Formats: sequence, C-alpha cells, structure tokens
Amino acid sequence: MNTWMAFVIGGLYAAGLYMMMRRSIVKLIIGLALLSHAANLLIFTVGGLTRGRPPLIAAGETSLAAPFADPIPQALVLTAIVISFGVLAFALVLVHRTHQTVGTDDLDNLKATDT
Amino acid sequence: MNVLLVLPILIPLVTAAVSLLAWRRPRWQRWLGIGGAAALLAASLALLESVRNGGIQTAQMGDWPAPFGITLVADLFSAIMVVMAGLVGFAVVVYSTATVDHRRESFGYYPLLHILLMGVCGAFLTGDIFNLYVWFEVMLIASFVLLALGGEREQLEGAFKYVTLNLMSSALFLAAVGILYGVAGTLNMADLARKLPQVEQSGLVTTLAMLFLVAFGIKAAAFPLFFWLPASYHTPPVAVSALFAGLLTKVGVYALIRVFTLLFTQEVSYTHTLILAVAGLTMVTGVLGAMAQNEFRRILSFHIVSQIGYMLMGLGLFTVAGLAGSIFYIMHHIIVKTNLFLISGVANHFRGTYQLKELGGLYRAYPGLAVLFLIPALSLAGVPPLSGFFAKLGLLQAGLATGQYAIVATALGVSLLTLISMTKIWAEAFWKPAAAPSVDPPAAGTGTPQDPSQHDPPKGSLALFAPVVVLAVLTLTMGLVAEPFVGLAIQAAHQLMNPAGYIEAVLGGRP
Repeated sequence: MNTWMAFVIGGLYAAGLYMMMRRSIVKLIIGLALLSHAANLLIFTVGGLTRGRPPLIAAGETSLAAPFADPIPQALVLTAIVISFGVLAFALVLVHRTHQTVGTDDLDNLKATDT
Repeated sequence: MNVLLVLPILIPLVTAAVSLLAWRRPRWQRWLGIGGAAALLAASLALLESVRNGGIQTAQMGDWPAPFGITLVADLFSAIMVVMAGLVGFAVVVYSTATVDHRRESFGYYPLLHILLMGVCGAFLTGDIFNLYVWFEVMLIASFVLLALGGEREQLEGAFKYVTLNLMSSALFLAAVGILYGVAGTLNMADLARKLPQVEQSGLVTTLAMLFLVAFGIKAAAFPLFFWLPASYHTPPVAVSALFAGLLTKVGVYALIRVFTLLFTQEVSYTHTLILAVAGLTMVTGVLGAMAQNEFRRILSFHIVSQIGYMLMGLGLFTVAGLAGSIFYIMHHIIVKTNLFLISGVANHFRGTYQLKELGGLYRAYPGLAVLFLIPALSLAGVPPLSGFFAKLGLLQAGLATGQYAIVATALGVSLLTLISMTKIWAEAFWKPAAAPSVDPPAAGTGTPQDPSQHDPPKGSLALFAPVVVLAVLTLTMGLVAEPFVGLAIQAAHQLMNPAGYIEAVLGGRP
C-alpha cells in the first residue's frame, strides 16, 4: 500500500509541476491544486497507514493498544484542505480578474512587472 | 498563563472585526486602525518588558499541556520581532490615512492590514510548527488581497507571481511538516528539538532541513528564490509596499533562524555552511539587481533581497556574535527599509512618479525630505554613526572571529555597492534639477529659485511626515545610543544558541 501511495504522490507532484510550467494561467491554478493534493496525501502516508484500527480506547482499558491509526495527520490534512480551498478560491478570482484586465491567458504576456 | 502573549494576536483580530462592522464608514475605520495599531505597539512593548524581566514566557492554549496543545512562546527574539511588527504596523497605518485612496479604503483596506499584522505576530509567537504554517497562511491570504486590492494591471501581474511562488512555498512547507511529524511524532517545536537528535535516520532529518530551507527561503526571498519579490513589491500602493518590505520577508528569516537554531543543529557543518553560501549569493545578486534599476521602489525592492543575505549571514556563522548581529540587523533593517519606502511614497506624492528619470529637484523644493531620505539611506549602506554601521560591524566581527573571510569580504563589497545605489537615488531624485517643466517653467535665465509654494504639500501632511520622522529618529537613536539595542540582541542570541532554556520553559522539565 505504501509503495502505491508513493507512486500516486510522486505522480501528483510531477503532474502539478508540469501544469505549473505550462503557459496558460488556468493550468497554473490546476497545477497548484495538484501540488496541495500531493502534499496532503504525503502527510497522510508519512503519518503511517493503518487500516481498521480507529484510535479508540477499548472498554475497560485505560490506554490505547499499539497499532492504531494516528488521528493527528488526518487533522493536519483537514486543516490544510480547508486552507488550500480558501486560497485556491482566491487564486481563481485573481485569475479571472487578471484575464479581464490584461485580456490574455498566456503567462508569457504577463511580463510587464518583471525586470 | 501570561495574557500578554495572546494580546498581540487578539488586538489586531478585534480591530479587524470591529473595522468590518464599520464597513461603510472609512473615517471610523481609519481611527479604529490607528487605535488598534497603537494598542498593538503598547502590548508588544509590554511583552518585551515582561520577557526581559521574567525570562521566556509561555502560554498553553486551552490549558492543554505541551506538547499536546498549541503553545505560544515568547523568547527575546520573538518579543523583539513582535515589537517591530507593532512599530511598523503603527507607522504604516498612520501613513495610510494620508496616502491610500478612498476606493481601497472602502473595500476593507484597514481590516486586511490588521489581519496581516495578526498573522505576522502569530507566526512570531507560536511554538508549534503546524501552527506556524497556519499563521503563514493567514498572513499570506491577507497579503494576497492587499497586493491585488485596486485591481490595476500591474498589481494583478505582480500579485500573480507573488501568489504562485508563495503557494508553492506553502505546499513545500506543509509537506515538510508532514514528514517531520512522521519522523519525530510531534509538532511542538521544543519537543521536536528534544526528539530530533534521537531520530535514527539522520539523513532524512537533513533532507527535512533542506525542505524547510527551500520553503522559508522562498518566503524570505533568499537566493535563488527571490524573483517574486522585485516583480511584485513595487506594484501596490506605497503603504502596502512599505508594510511588506518591512515585515513579510522578515517572517521568513525569523522562521529560518528559529528552525535552524532550535531543530536542525545536528549537521551544522553542512546545513549552516550552505546557509552561509546562500547568504553571500543573496547579498551579491540583490545588490547587482538594484544597480540595473531606475525606479525608486524597484531599487529598494532589490535591496531587500540583498539585505536578507546579511540577516542569513549571522545564522550561517552560527555563533552568539553572529546571531546577535543578525538580530540587530533585522531590527535596523525593518525600520530603515519601511522608512525608505515611505519616503519614496512622499516623493511620489509630490511629483506623481517613481521613475528616477522624471524625479529631480526634490532637494531644492523639499530640503527637509532630502535630509529625511539621507538618514535611512546612509544607514542602509552602513555609514557610521547610524544603525546600519553597528549592524554590519557586529556581523563582520563575528565573521572574522570564525575565520569566514570570504563572506566578510563579500559583505564589505556589497555595502559599498549599496552606497553607490543609494547615491544614485540621491543624485537622480534629489540633487539633479527638476526634469518636468510642465509644473514650473524652466527658470534658468532668471535665476530665481523655484517658488516652494507651488508645491503646496497636499493635505494630511502630518500623517504623511510623522511616521517618516519617527522612524528616522529611531534610526538615529539606534546608531547614537546603540548600546542597549546591541545588548538586547546579544541576550536574544544567547537564548537562541542555548535552546535548553526554551525547551525547559515550554515543557517545564517534564521527561
């Protein structure tokens, strides 16, 4: 399972970076979204994949028995998803405004502020 | 629990929330903004005082004991940075009341400014690495909107690059935090500092260090990841530029210093030597970039990059003297750089342009402004007895003490180039005769001096000049009475170099 996840995450990073290097501003946003998905899955996987062992203390016990799914990476991923959702929504609006104002979706035409 | 730790986050939040309630009344928002920023400054000074007297302060949020809950920690370095945030915030809010146009004000300029300040203070105070990520995002989203607010073509283009690269850096930072948790099993920075040396895969820890270096390096605009900064900082209104220039990259530097003094100190010979090399290259590329520019704010933007190199130099040396130099440099730089941007805004206010070619004759028309420019400009270049001289002196001495002659030579050369660049602004904008004959007809033949009354300072000039004057006086004070400031920086550096005190304060000596 871990190996497959590694391939999925690597693929997402590659796809995200590839999309970011395209010239279209919409593809840039898609690339950013893929990058954040890749990061989320990475956190999830590195935290340890444990199936069917919720972190619940069994009745009559006082502490957790050893193999259990760590809830913290999931909490981190949840926070990160919410944040990246908000940021992406903003980025989409920015793309839309830029397209309206500049009248192009080609990143090569957005060089006016470069040196 | 020390309530002073929460105030620098709470005050901007409350100010922003109340300002939002006064959405249709920009006048109220202005006064609320000034009041909130003044309160933030006062709270941050109280925090600094409490840290100086009572040692490292901690507060456990929701009374969850560390390392399970989120801890707020203020050591001297954090407290100094919060004071700087309060100071710059206050100066910029006052300055904004005179320069930001009505349209931006009515679209939530002041609430955004305070959200930004909240994010910055939160990043300085948190003791939890994931929480640091969250504060970074709070700060970033506010800065995105501030940068794009107004929707001018240049702004949108600049914002595009800024948003893209900062989101990439955030994704890297997030991935690094995730792996760090996978490796060490905790997110509390003090706990991490205890557990990381025991991790068996030391190669993985160094890899993580590099991931953090790249993620924070983008945010701090270090070589070779600085391209977003000069492409975006000159596009928004000058008050926003000044705030960004003063604070945002310094949050990246703060995070680098925090992480590389507390967490990643296992392979100093590798990581910190790399940082030293990055520092040197950042200095040189930044200052060379500035030489090629002919726009007031672009020159200053490239100088930010160059100065980031000096701040990283102290970290790369990794001695008490080096870090003290870095901390003093950061204090000096925040004040001076904000001030230079504010002055470029004043020049623009009078002449309507930032292009050096079109500026000119400012010295004749406004000798006071010229003096006000000279103080931070010479300080930036490191001319004694101004604050920049002592900042550079400290770093150079630390460099010589550790025998890193290459970086010392680089730093000296770069300060010479900085001086040349500042002279260029001086000669072009202030010294040469006014270029635009549209306002005043060329009075060459008659020899009468230009009538200063033609350039009636537009109204609101107290709010325009007061922040500039106050920051200039601070620069002078930090230079003429450097002793207490240097002492503070050395104390803060001692705390950074002995993380045992930090760990003890957060975890309370628990096993």
